[in-house]
Amino acid sequence: MDLSRKNKLLIGLGAVTAVLLVKLFSIQIIHDEYKKSSDNNSMVYETIYPTRGIIYDRNGEILVGNKTAYDIIVTPREVKAFDTLALAAALDVDVQFIRDRMAYYRKYRSSIGYQSQTMIKQIPPQTYMRFAEIQYKFPGFKGQLRSIRDYPVDAGGNLLGYVSEVDADYMKQHPGEYRSGDYIGRTGIEAARERELRGTKGYHVYLRDSHNQIQTAYNNGEMDVEAIPGDDIVTTIDAQLQNYGQMLMQNKVGSVVAIEPHTGEILAMVSSPGISVDQLADIGQHYNDLINDPYRPMFNRTVMASYPPGSVFKLVNGLIGLEEGVLQPSDKYPCSHGFPYGNGRRLGCHGHASPLALLDAIATSCNGYFCYVFRNILENRKYASIQDAFDKWREYVTSFGFGRKLGSDFPSELGGNIPTSAYYNKAYGRKGWRFQTIISLSIGQGEIGVTPLQIANLCATVANRGWYIIPHIIKDSRNVTIDDKYKERQYTLVDTMNFKKVINGMYMAVNGGGAAGGTAYAAAVPGLDICGKTGTAQNPRGADNSVFICFAPKDDPKIAIAAYIENAGFGATWACPIASLMVEKYLTGDIRPERKYVEDRILQADLMSRVKTD
Amino acid sequence: MLEPSSQYKRGLKQAVDWRIVIYYLILILIGWINIYASIHSSEPASIFDWTARSGKQFVWIITSLGLAALILFILNPRLWEVISVPSYIMVMALLVLVIFVSKDVKGSHSWFEFGPVKFQPAEISKITTSLLLAATMSKPNFKISKAKDFLTVALIIGLPMLTIVAESETGSALVYVGFLFVLYREGLTGWLIAIAGMCILLFILTLTASSYTSILVLAGIVTLAYFLRTSRFGTWIKRCGLPLLFFAFLPRIWTWLCEWLVPGGAALGSVDPSVAEAITLAAGKWTMLLKFKPIYLMLAVCACAIPICMVRAYRDKHIYLWAAIGAFLLGTLLTFSTEFLFNDVLQDHQRARIEVLLGMKEDLAGVGYNVNQSKIAIGSGGLFGKGFLQGTQTTYGFVPEQSTDFIFCTVGEEWGFVGCAVVILLYVLLISRIIADAEKSRESFTRIYGYCVASCIFMHLFINVGMTIGLMPVIGIPLPLLSYGGSSLWAFTILIFIFVALDRQEKKYF
Repeated sequence: MDLSRKNKLLIGLGAVTAVLLVKLFSIQIIHDEYKKSSDNNSMVYETIYPTRGIIYDRNGEILVGNKTAYDIIVTPREVKAFDTLALAAALDVDVQFIRDRMAYYRKYRSSIGYQSQTMIKQIPPQTYMRFAEIQYKFPGFKGQLRSIRDYPVDAGGNLLGYVSEVDADYMKQHPGEYRSGDYIGRTGIEAARERELRGTKGYHVYLRDSHNQIQTAYNNGEMDVEAIPGDDIVTTIDAQLQNYGQMLMQNKVGSVVAIEPHTGEILAMVSSPGISVDQLADIGQHYNDLINDPYRPMFNRTVMASYPPGSVFKLVNGLIGLEEGVLQPSDKYPCSHGFPYGNGRRLGCHGHASPLALLDAIATSCNGYFCYVFRNILENRKYASIQDAFDKWREYVTSFGFGRKLGSDFPSELGGNIPTSAYYNKAYGRKGWRFQTIISLSIGQGEIGVTPLQIANLCATVANRGWYIIPHIIKDSRNVTIDDKYKERQYTLVDTMNFKKVINGMYMAVNGGGAAGGTAYAAAVPGLDICGKTGTAQNPRGADNSVFICFAPKDDPKIAIAAYIENAGFGATWACPIASLMVEKYLTGDIRPERKYVEDRILQADLMSRVKTD
Repeated sequence: MLEPSSQYKRGLKQAVDWRIVIYYLILILIGWINIYASIHSSEPASIFDWTARSGKQFVWIITSLGLAALILFILNPRLWEVISVPSYIMVMALLVLVIFVSKDVKGSHSWFEFGPVKFQPAEISKITTSLLLAATMSKPNFKISKAKDFLTVALIIGLPMLTIVAESETGSALVYVGFLFVLYREGLTGWLIAIAGMCILLFILTLTASSYTSILVLAGIVTLAYFLRTSRFGTWIKRCGLPLLFFAFLPRIWTWLCEWLVPGGAALGSVDPSVAEAITLAAGKWTMLLKFKPIYLMLAVCACAIPICMVRAYRDKHIYLWAAIGAFLLGTLLTFSTEFLFNDVLQDHQRARIEVLLGMKEDLAGVGYNVNQSKIAIGSGGLFGKGFLQGTQTTYGFVPEQSTDFIFCTVGEEWGFVGCAVVILLYVLLISRIIADAEKSRESFTRIYGYCVASCIFMHLFINVGMTIGLMPVIGIPLPLLSYGGSSLWAFTILIFIFVALDRQEKKYF
């Protein structure tokens, strides 16, 4: 075997060629995994977005539905010269807008390539129809159907919540659930039940040819998956009551929360000023205005604001006093314009008869009386120290749902604040504080913060004579079940019998007549047996807050309501009529002619200027 | 008796090797069509549209044909031998200059830019190197076996090669390895190529398997070569077969033994220190045993065997035994320094590419992206391909550099295995025709230059196609005559047509 070097080199050339051809043969003919990968590269997945579930109120009225709108999509590569003026007229947009967009697409034409771009979002069907008639004049432009939210009743943006495109952070926190471009409920009910409302996306699979043009459905559509619409939600909200509450609360800052006492269902939840449903429908457009509004409409006061409860808290202290045995309903305490607590200091009170028993003390909202009650609780001989007595008091208070989150199904609920003995030990030293130091707590002032939802829950608890069900906004329905915790009674540490004594005082406050000193006579509606308690909470940032809670009817409570109006003044002046009007509306369906003037006064009142903004 | 002028005229047409010219024309035509296919969806335009790449390539083709005609019919072929030295020096100067004046293009400094025109001196240096090589080696008293001549040749090849490495264009430098084939043809001992091959083998084995495997294979090949020289295959089997088999299975046996004695013990040394410590504790009295590695035994055996062999080589004055011992020691040295070479000499992206190529890393989105996409494109072509302009992979930008370095993907996807085979066979025909003409030539200048041309085309073909189908790491060099780009097309046109002109001139006068 003696080859010339030329032939050896030629053999080498042949060998290398053979290696190349064998490898080519292997990847082109033997293996088919490369063909599969190539399919993957050239298939197009078109996502089909499901319609979101519909949100109903407790009576079957639609709070949030869906309506169709169209996005105008443009494929710049397919656009031919067109009449800009005609297109602008058809689409109801500025001519300059279209020119700017087309200039933008021209500038980025290489990165856009054959892709479609969304030029205008969510145009109403009427506009789209006008465009569709002359669409043939504008190759490259087309409309894409989209389902967007529709709000038949104005039930308040803070309650309903808004829907917007999911952001990168949220996608990171919920891996695999969302893709960019998906919509997601951000606040309110939309967020509370996002999981049910969103539905399941579907997709169509198409084959793309070498021009990136869609050719046919892949495998005759066998791999296509249809979208599954989101589940409908039934809420506990009464649309009419909610809407009426919003009307009454316009031009006022504050909250109204109404609960059905024996179910814990929230009937209305008004935070004012709020987001209107018009703004909700197009949140992107209004977002900056809402964020920069000095009255903070995005802030849902009903569950997030922490206020001093004021005099309505006297009910809690009275109930604790009765349960601890340090207060008897017949006990009378003197009050001459207040309670002196040493060094000439005095916690003031208004003019009323003296001395008073419990029933009258509640009806007249006597400050001095409840200072005695709170002193008796804290200086109870049963407890070795004021710390022990205070801790016991706090245990009672938290059993009413204060000082912690109630555990409602409404998102972003906050818990308020009830101070602990450790807090005072730290502030004043272990021996450094006495009853006099924290006397403000007797009348619901001082280091105490509660949310309007918690105040409404207090009202429901009193109406139930000792228990409450965690307030919630979603009802059981066909596709949605609610947690069992929204069906269980939560008992306070105070006996039912003691509630009855307090309720009589609340009844007197409303129905005792103005002459007897009842603070809430403005709430009286004959035949409704409303029981209520006013409150006038000091506000370090201006005029007092006006507070009122009431429930009705006395013996079979159907509604418990709390109204909290910032910087409005006396509880009896503003919160009281608002709450009572809502009770009347809810129970009778209308306002009596002789109370129309109250309604008119409230509707016309503008208390915004009293609120300090910064 | 014919008139000289008519004889000249007939010779002009007959003497040109039209087959080379036809292969050349077919290949540039295939290139042009595939460039058009590769860009037609992202830049849809007529194939002649000057703003698109296919239109530009058309201009390059026309100018190349002009260049070819110029070289073939106007310039005197004697010119090339004359200008070989000055042109080589000039291009060397350009190669050095470009390092300092060029912009950074993907990490390499190899392009001159004059406004819209870009030009890579590395492309031309292939021509000048070939010319100077041919001129030097065709001198009457040149003998490659003479050390001085060998060094001259090594210098001619090495200078541009190293300069191009300094430009960070390692791919283009690799082409110069092809000149080894020319030297081999001209009498360089085959051992040089064998040694180069052996080095590459050891390098790859060390990286993919282990230095143990590498040394074992080295020992096997060195002993085999030695025994084939001195005696017969049977003797090698008898003397070396058993030890080599033993060492081949030693690691397996060792792992098994350790596992039997101490469960988990085999993992010692290859796991993190805390686990190793736990295993060491569990091993108890077997600790010492576990610390032992098969390579120690192998090195110990070598340390005993080598002095014995050296004594024998000295006593018998056995030159081949000395060579074998030397080769073994050098090979071992290479093996142990490979890790160092790999980690400290190669650049990050080159290391990554080699790792992906050798299957050490599965990195489909990063470095492996190009290769994977390119394999998908070629693989999806099947036997006959998807048809002209019907490819979805290459045309819609899944494959990067689709009209330049990865043009072969478009061929693979749209024309299938048949198309690929035709293209490769065209190259093989071109190369073998050049070799055949070179062999027939009576002038050694023409012969050597012809081999240079063939080697260059061969190296480009092997590296480029190998890269697109995953046989070679991703090295950015064009496919001759097919890839988009004026610089490359001009260079190969000049390279080939100088040979055609030299060949024709000979046939015309003899």
